[in-house]
Parts: sequence; structure tokens; C-alpha cells
Amino acid sequence: MPDTTADRAELRRTSEALAGRFPDAVLSSIFEKGELAVRLRKDALAAVLRFLKDELGFNALEDVIVLDNLREAGEGRPRFSVLYQLCRFPGAARVRLAVEVGEDESLASAVPVYRSADWAEREAFDMFGVRFDGHPGLRRIYMPDDFEGHPLRKDFPLAGRDRGG
Amino acid sequence: MSEAFEKTPFLLAKADEFITWAQKNSLWPFGSGLACCAIEMIATAAARYDIARFGMELFRASPRQADLFIVAGTVTNKMAPVIRRLWEQMPDPKWSLAMGNCAIGGGPFPTYSVLQGVDKVIPVDVYVAGCPPTPQGLIHGLMILQKKIALSHPTKEILDPDARHNR
Amino acid sequence: MAVKEIDLNMGPQHPSTHGVLRLKLAVDNEVVLRVVPVIGYLHRGMEKLWENLTYTQVVPLTDRLDYIAALSNNLGFVLAAEKLAGIEVPRRARHIRVVLAELQRLASHLAWLGFMANDIGAMSVLLYGFEARENILDIFEEYCGARLTVHGIRIGGVPHDLDGALVARIRTVLDGIPKRLADIRALLDENRIWKERTVGVGLIGAGDAVGYGLTGPALRASGVPWDMRKDIPYSSYDEFDFDVPLGRNGDVYDRYLVRLEEICQSIRIVRQALDGLPSGEFSSKVPRTLNIPPGEVFHTIEAPKGVLGFYVKSNGTDKPERVKMKSPSFINLQSLEHMCKGNLFSDIVGILGSLDIVLGEIDK
Repeated sequence: MPDTTADRAELRRTSEALAGRFPDAVLSSIFEKGELAVRLRKDALAAVLRFLKDELGFNALEDVIVLDNLREAGEGRPRFSVLYQLCRFPGAARVRLAVEVGEDESLASAVPVYRSADWAEREAFDMFGVRFDGHPGLRRIYMPDDFEGHPLRKDFPLAGRDRGG
Repeated sequence: MSEAFEKTPFLLAKADEFITWAQKNSLWPFGSGLACCAIEMIATAAARYDIARFGMELFRASPRQADLFIVAGTVTNKMAPVIRRLWEQMPDPKWSLAMGNCAIGGGPFPTYSVLQGVDKVIPVDVYVAGCPPTPQGLIHGLMILQKKIALSHPTKEILDPDARHNR
Repeated sequence: MAVKEIDLNMGPQHPSTHGVLRLKLAVDNEVVLRVVPVIGYLHRGMEKLWENLTYTQVVPLTDRLDYIAALSNNLGFVLAAEKLAGIEVPRRARHIRVVLAELQRLASHLAWLGFMANDIGAMSVLLYGFEARENILDIFEEYCGARLTVHGIRIGGVPHDLDGALVARIRTVLDGIPKRLADIRALLDENRIWKERTVGVGLIGAGDAVGYGLTGPALRASGVPWDMRKDIPYSSYDEFDFDVPLGRNGDVYDRYLVRLEEICQSIRIVRQALDGLPSGEFSSKVPRTLNIPPGEVFHTIEAPKGVLGFYVKSNGTDKPERVKMKSPSFINLQSLEHMCKGNLFSDIVGILGSLDIVLGEIDK
């Protein structure tokens, strides 16, 4: 049995608290496979993160994950989904926030709320080109500074563009 | 052996034998431990596989003091110029060993950031395959390198510095 | 006295950076002012590569992430894939996974001990630690043929069963470790030089540690009792009795002590798992072509370096849509500057050693 001890009641409380405080910003709230996934409007991101950390006690931002929705982007959907995986210790309740951002838009940086978001956002910028306003020093982290392109985008070839070797 | 007698005067051949014997039994590796292979390289230097039997236990941190460049691990495009510069910093005579599939040809990573083989930036004397090669595999590779060194003509290179480019 | 700043570069080729890590340092004589890590020298494009491989093919590549603790990476990914696919793993397989994962933790901590001690100058400990580790690697080699990049945990279970002979060999190896550990502790624990280089060095308090997202033994050394094996148990960890060692001060010495104690606890867990090994299958039947219906999952485990997480998104085919790895070393390295500031330049090596990072995991 894939192990998970997510407490459903705990997650339900979190979901209700979010919907109560941000009724216009929460687009959906789903329980699946023992995990709580909440979709938000992107302009509410900073406030929601602050609320989850300061008032609901989600003290760890475990990861920032970017998805490239290239296939659906043509139908009016923004190109990128950015997911924030948050966790609360002790007790280990988890919530995954999702916001959508277009190629030419930017998101509020999570660094003022969670210091550990620093490198995660740099990675998101390097690999996908997502911009974060208010990040202390947004620049590439893996690829050399003069690299062109964002490798994890779906339209970037696996072997790279410049195979001069 | 007969080749050495034909092409090299006897005293020089004897000098070659002596010099190569000394070189191959006292290689000082410059361990460029890049990735997983580095751990097996260290295990080879540790007590069980004991690379000290071959006189190679003195891993130097500075390329200026080493004569064997063991490229152990994946070379990325970002790291390639660094590898080149380290190789150029090593004084002659020097040899190199590509350890592991990544150093040989990119290994399991045909991606945008991996150099498909360290021989694109430095000349390689011995290729040791494996992912990672076992310590026994690395030692076998080192012994092959020792054989290669035994066949070389250092006196020719001392007398004619351009000869080293034709090694 | 005016501050005279000197910029120094450490790496990417350096004997003590545990791989190709570059540190840009600003020092005032010997006191560290700033530490800026530059990474990416081992970025191999793993996440992109995984989108082009089947779930089964992704598993052996995860070995190459934290290459000192390959089985942990395997376990992290397969648990996420199994959760996504709804695959149930038999109880015997879960116990065997615990045995393998804890043996891997032992091997990882022994390697860490050797490296850290070697960096600080105690070279004998490198040889002692690696010799003890070799015995464990022998077990892995006997189990599935590889010492380092083991690939010993697969989707659905484990590749082979643990027979009586191998169980007996594991017990013999476990019996030999405490003596080796006692030898090493006799050399280091109360050694004046060791203590001068580790006590009070590289401090990080509990609040800062949590704020930087630190996980694993480094976090527990600051007194924060988070351990995924207890907080969100996976495999069959909830069936075993073990303690989670905690430190007090959050300095290099505490991080050293916490990992040593974890070695003892791992031995305890493996013995319980072997004693209580249930009968049954060592793997459930997984189709050759594993198509996973669309969904997403995030799963974490307590790897030797910290909390390792995998986010997997499936799209109905046999290849994942996206796999994102939450790397403990990547996050832990962010706190290096905090720990190094104000310390002497020669302490950086000890602090880096106590953080226990692996570049394969940081750079992906």
C-alpha cells in the first residue's frame, strides 16, 4: 500500500480556511491520493503564502515546481503552472498551491516569506524562464550565464540546440 | 623490443627502459572527481583495493604536481573549459585516463548540458568503461596505461621536444 | 581597523568541495564575510531526460543523483510512481526495502565520516570508514550485482529475494560495524584538535535552520525533531522501534554526533527488519509497459542527506509528463553562507563536510 498518513480532517480545515479568507482567489480545492491541491489566482499568491505560514503554521516550503503547458497554452491558457509544495511540521500536513503565469508575465517572489525559495525560484527561471518580482537576485543557477534558451521547456530539444561537438 | 634496437641506439633504449619503469611505477594521479566514478576512484585508493601497490596513492590536488589526469565522472559543457585549463596546467610528461562511460562518451546522458566524451577537450590515453567501473576495472585500466608507458620513448622526447606531439 | 576584503575562489576543482562545487568567497584576512556557491558544473539535464524515458527506465538514472546513497533515490522515486499508479507493494518487499535503505544509510554515513574527517585532517578515519563501507557494498554486490549505482529497488517491489545466506551475511556485517565505529570515536570524539575544529563552528539555530529549509541530520543537530520516517512513515518504517537523535547547538560537532548515532539506530532497524521478515512475495506484478493514468503526486522520504522528494505528473502514457526532484542537498547548501559567516576561512571545509552534500543531487 503506498504509504501516506495525510490527515484528511486537517487538510479539510486548511482548505476551508483558505476558501474562507480568500474567496475570490481560490479557484479550486481538490483532495486526491491523500493530497490537497489548491488552484489560485496568481495575484493572490503573496498573501496566501503569508497567510499559510504566519496563521496556519506551514513553516516549510518544500519545493517550487514549474509545469510547461505548451500543448494547452494555445487555447488561451497561460503557458506555465507554478506549484508550491508547502508542509507543516510537526504533524506533516501538506498543501500544494498552483498558479498559472504566462510567458511574458511574472509572479510575486516567495522569498520574503520563505527564504528557502531563493534557489528554487532561480531554478525555475533558469529552466523555464519564469520571472519572480522581488527576488533578491534572479539569475541562472545551473546553466552558464550566457546560455540561450530555457532547457526544460517542452519545445527545447533534449540534446540542445548547439551541438557543435 | 627489436623495434627499440633498430630505431634507438642501445644506451638510449636502456635509458628509456629505466625512465619508463620509474614513471609507470610512480604516477601521481590528479583526481578530477566529478561524479559517481569519483567515489569508486576513492574506493580504489582506500585500504581494500589499495592503489598504493602501484605507487599511485599520492593524489595531488594541484594539477601542477600531478602526471595522470583521471577524469572520473560526467563532464558538462560548463565544466569542459575548466578541464581543458587543468590539463594545460599539468607539466609534461602527462597522461590521461577517461574513467566511466560519461567521460568516454557522455554515458547515459545525451542531453543539452553534457559533453559527449572528455576526449573532445583533452587527449585520452586509456578509456575505462563502466558505470561506474569497479575498482578492479580501474586498476586494470591503470595497468594498461602502465604497459602503454613502458612502450614509450622518453629519451626521444628529451632530445627532441617536438616529438612529444607525435606520441 | 579597516576591513580589507579579499576575493577568493574555491573550486570547482578542489579536493574538499565534495564534487564540482565553486565557492566565491569574500574574506577579511581569515574571517569569512560572504560565501556564494556557484553550482551547475554537474547539471546533466536529468529531469528533461526523464520526460523521454519510461517510468521503469527512470529508476536506474535516479541512482546517479545522490551517488553515495543510490538506493534512497530509487526508493524515493518508486514510492512516488507507485502512489500515482496505485500499485500495492507486498509486506515482505516493504521490509526488504527498509533493510536495503537502512544499509544504504549506513554506507552513506560511513562515507560522509571518512570524507569529513579527511577534510579536517584525520586521514586514517577515511580508510577506516571506507573499509567498513566496503563490507556493506559487498552485500549490495551479492544482492544485485552493483556496488555503487545499485538500482536495487524497483517499481512494485525489489528485484530479488533475500535468502537465508544473505540474511546471515548481513547480520555478520552489522555485528562488525559497532567495533569499527568505536575505533573511530576513540580517535575523534574527545580529540582536542577535532573538538577545536568542530565545537562552536558553523552554528545555525533552530529557527534559522527551519527558515532556510534545512532537512536531515543537519536540521536535527539544531534540535528540530523532523524525520520523515516518523512524521510521514513510508515503506514499513512505522513497524519498527527506533530513536531519532537530536543535537543541541547546531554546530559541526553536533552534526557529527547526530550522524554517528543515526548509524547505531540504522543497525537497530535492520536487525528488527531481518528478525521480523514476513513470508510472501518480494514484488507485485507490474506490467512490462506501465501506463499511468493522468494525475500528480508528491512523495518524500528521509534520505541520508535530508528529505528527498519526488513530484511526478503522469499523462496516461508510459512516460512521465514531468518529474521534479526535491533535492535535500540543494536546499541545505543555501544555508552554507549563514553557517560560515564570521568563522575562519579554514573552517569552511569542516562546515561543508558537516552539511554532507552531494553535487549529483544538487545539480541534477
